[in-house]
Amino acid sequence: MPHNTVAVVGAAETTKMGVITDLSQIGLHADAALNAMADCGLKPSDIDGIACANETPVQLAHYLGITPTWIDGTAVGGCSFMIHVRHAAAAIEAGLAKTILVTHGESGKSRIGNPMRSVHPQSLNGQFEQPFGPMGPPSMFTIPVLRYMKTYGVTEEQIAQVAVVQREWASKNPRATFRNLITTDDVLNSRMIAWPFRLLMCCLVTDGGGALILTSADRAKDFPTKPVYILGTGESAETPMISQMEDFTSSRAFRVAGPTAFKEAGITHEDVDHLMIYDAFAHLPIYGLEDLGFLPKGEAAAFIAGRNTAPGGSLPLNTNGGGLSYMHSGMYGMYALQESVRQMRGIAPAQIPGAKISVCHGVGGMFAASGTVIFSNQAP
Amino acid sequence: MATPGRALPQPTPETQHFWDGTKANELLLQRCDDCSKVYFPPRPFCPACASRKVSVTKASGKAILYSYVIHHRPAPGFTPPYAIAVVELAEGPRMMTNIVECEQTPEALQLDMPVEVVFEPQTDTITLPLFRPAATAKG
Repeated sequence: MPHNTVAVVGAAETTKMGVITDLSQIGLHADAALNAMADCGLKPSDIDGIACANETPVQLAHYLGITPTWIDGTAVGGCSFMIHVRHAAAAIEAGLAKTILVTHGESGKSRIGNPMRSVHPQSLNGQFEQPFGPMGPPSMFTIPVLRYMKTYGVTEEQIAQVAVVQREWASKNPRATFRNLITTDDVLNSRMIAWPFRLLMCCLVTDGGGALILTSADRAKDFPTKPVYILGTGESAETPMISQMEDFTSSRAFRVAGPTAFKEAGITHEDVDHLMIYDAFAHLPIYGLEDLGFLPKGEAAAFIAGRNTAPGGSLPLNTNGGGLSYMHSGMYGMYALQESVRQMRGIAPAQIPGAKISVCHGVGGMFAASGTVIFSNQAP
Repeated sequence: MATPGRALPQPTPETQHFWDGTKANELLLQRCDDCSKVYFPPRPFCPACASRKVSVTKASGKAILYSYVIHHRPAPGFTPPYAIAVVELAEGPRMMTNIVECEQTPEALQLDMPVEVVFEPQTDTITLPLFRPAATAKG
């Protein structure tokens, strides 16, 4: 599938980020979508494909005035957007649509037009996990980590370092929610949420949105923006129940999606200039670095603590500050994609000089699903 | 009961036998008659080979503490801090549970410690399988 045949030509986040009380969730979608269309000089009548996750594509098509020939409502959590990009690239290749909008808006903090969802007591999660007291991701997504720590001798200090390093990136980003530098002790002394996880090891809760517009690489040259080509993509799923992961030290969905994207792109890890790994919690970059094959199992925590992913390091990771410091509306993948596109356009607040290839890896649910997109700014 | 209790399961046709089992103080798993895979959570076919020829089998109730967090936030039916745990049953499958009759501290909750099932009735129809340090492990 895609090797530089499809490109992102429009990309934008919502006008505001953080706490947004003057827009509902669908309004955040629309704000991001209109910004992305303005970015590349398109109108809704120019869009013939639409994908979104927390609203249906029917709602967004109608709201924005789009008549689609292709729709995708894949909703598998925060990596849905990586998977939308993968599906959109395939759809453009197959001729199902020419110009596709992938949009996200989420009133995660203010919860306007975004009702709280509960786990149905007849679902497998409702029967076999909820009765034991998990209260959402902070006390669920974190459950495998003690097993990882025991298996590889990783310390709480090393997990805390993930948050410390990402705050360094956030300090360079004027739009980041948290920009003040922090220390390992700050993280370890922050409020205990679900031991061994403290508050600063957990993502933000904010409002926001983002949108991407994709078209074929040969059409991309006609747009005012610098095209960002799709080199390769991958997707997978494992289990909706964290207790049923095959291996608590590794995500099977990561191990399928990541290598699929690398193989499709025809690149090696040494080719990667910039990396985004969805960080709802501080352990995710550790799992991601290993499951994507950047490092052998058990080595990623020391790699991060050794400043290899920090500003000036060999593998810049989560350069917007990540879900831990930049923003996290609940489904974060769209914001990771936006940072990859900014890096490939050369306009990121913490720009990696000369970066040519960016890997953007997402998780959905709690190790439930995964999507990977590999971008390049090099013309085919 | 003025305060809301913990979330309780609502059995489905595919899981009713499991909840009937816990009510009778039995932890029931399923075993594939074709490939011998023992599995959980319940479903009327084998997740390893898709055979519909499966049997209900009683578990020993013995397990090890596989991983957990100690939740410090309020939750209906719980007094924080409390551990949300995953145990690995002697028969292989893992399941989420709580560890009872034990301090809810990192020191008391050691990974790989032996635990054993206890049955805690919640309502007339629902009994939850919880785990406590195994008799041999208790000081």
